[in-house]
Amino acid sequence: MERKIRVIVAKPGLDGHDRGAKVIARALRDAGMEVIYTGLRQTPEQIVQAAIQEDADVVALSILSGAHNHLFPRVVELLREKDAEDILVFGGGVIPDEDIPFLKSKGIAEIFGPGTPTSATVDFIKTHLKRA
Amino acid sequence: MIDTLAHRCLDGDPRAVARLISLLEDGDKDAFGTLAALVERMGQAQVIGITGPPGSGKSTLTDKLIGEFRARGKRVGVIAVDPSSPFSGGAILGDRLRMQGHATDPGVFIRSLASRGRLGGLSKATAFAVRALEAAGYDIVIIETVGVGQSEVDIVKVADTVVLVSVPGLGDDIQVIKAGIMEIGDIFVVNKSDRDGADRVVREIRAMLETQAMLQRGKSVDAGPDTLAARNSELLHHGQTDLRPETLPMREVYNLPPVMKTIAETGEGVPELVGEILAGFERARGSGELKTRRHDAIKSQLKDLVGWQVMDYFIDQERDGRLERLAKSVQNRKIDIYSAARELFAALIQGEKR
Repeated sequence: MERKIRVIVAKPGLDGHDRGAKVIARALRDAGMEVIYTGLRQTPEQIVQAAIQEDADVVALSILSGAHNHLFPRVVELLREKDAEDILVFGGGVIPDEDIPFLKSKGIAEIFGPGTPTSATVDFIKTHLKRA
Repeated sequence: MIDTLAHRCLDGDPRAVARLISLLEDGDKDAFGTLAALVERMGQAQVIGITGPPGSGKSTLTDKLIGEFRARGKRVGVIAVDPSSPFSGGAILGDRLRMQGHATDPGVFIRSLASRGRLGGLSKATAFAVRALEAAGYDIVIIETVGVGQSEVDIVKVADTVVLVSVPGLGDDIQVIKAGIMEIGDIFVVNKSDRDGADRVVREIRAMLETQAMLQRGKSVDAGPDTLAARNSELLHHGQTDLRPETLPMREVYNLPPVMKTIAETGEGVPELVGEILAGFERARGSGELKTRRHDAIKSQLKDLVGWQVMDYFIDQERDGRLERLAKSVQNRKIDIYSAARELFAALIQGEKR
């Protein structure tokens, strides 16, 4: 039987809305993935626990508040502490271009800005999964 | 690798539990093999099913139940099932959203599962995922079903206690006497009970339960004078089925299932509900009812497993093109569909003997 790709969609930090995250969740669902939606105002600790308990292949983070340079790397760090660096982490939201190299150096696989076609996200997941 | 997985499960390692559940869901044969290592812990957890229509507040109630069980020192595992898309096969699993407050509590393990085409309100491997959580030392396993309509009753095959959640405003009293979902509750909860009509729903459920009890009493040994049992000879005379008490399944003492009110949002009524869940479990254990129930559950899970194996085997065999050929014959009206099925089944049995 074909293994389903499981994705956590989470919003770390104090953003007030999650429209973008829900659009991504829908697109991944329509691509046949199982999306675990954890909702707003999540701490990195909550996100990482969810990723582990849900046996996720991917953690997709969305942030609009500007705290990405702190919160995104923290998620990767905690996953590493839990021996779960085989989970692919990528992000999206409102992220200035100049921050992207820093985030990538911290283990965020990719950053998708506003206007990215959802198909690009789906393709990225399918080609970059770390788990067989 | 699979064997270490089982041992890490027994040690309570969350990553191992999580992976084992995934493998079971994916139908991995080696993973089913590990269940042998978990046998000694089987039956240690109390399994609670939370079921009810979409939007009745199952997830919020589950969130509050976790809190209450934790306050009583129990470790809690949760399996929350949501539907898969019949078109893409994907799913959005959103039950966890309401329970994320417990995510970082090491005494709580929450797992979302997609129904993957199963129609009974659970996923294919839910019953076996329960075994993994139990082996990892969770005292209570709560299963939240998909939002159900009237006939998704698979939860009775898995849970020791079924809590049926209802809300005001779903329909008139005929809804509660239909067959199916209303027959499986051990505890009935009217959630969102601060809304108009809550007391009416409570009354209607009670009335339904009382009627049910009356009908069942009518068939039991300690039935009063004016009952079906007493009228047996008369009925026989009219050519009806033999209703002598000893031919009918007996019920010891018929306790009406409790009907309780909660407001999950605020937690009102939740401590009382937990009290009832635990007390009911102890009563069932004492009376032997729990044993019977688990026996029946095991039987139906065995049937499921055998069914899957037969189906897998059938699909393996099918490579010889017989299915394709017979389907064409049926379509061309060369053979009727039932005879075609019999031929396929006969070939399956033959294949097994070879």
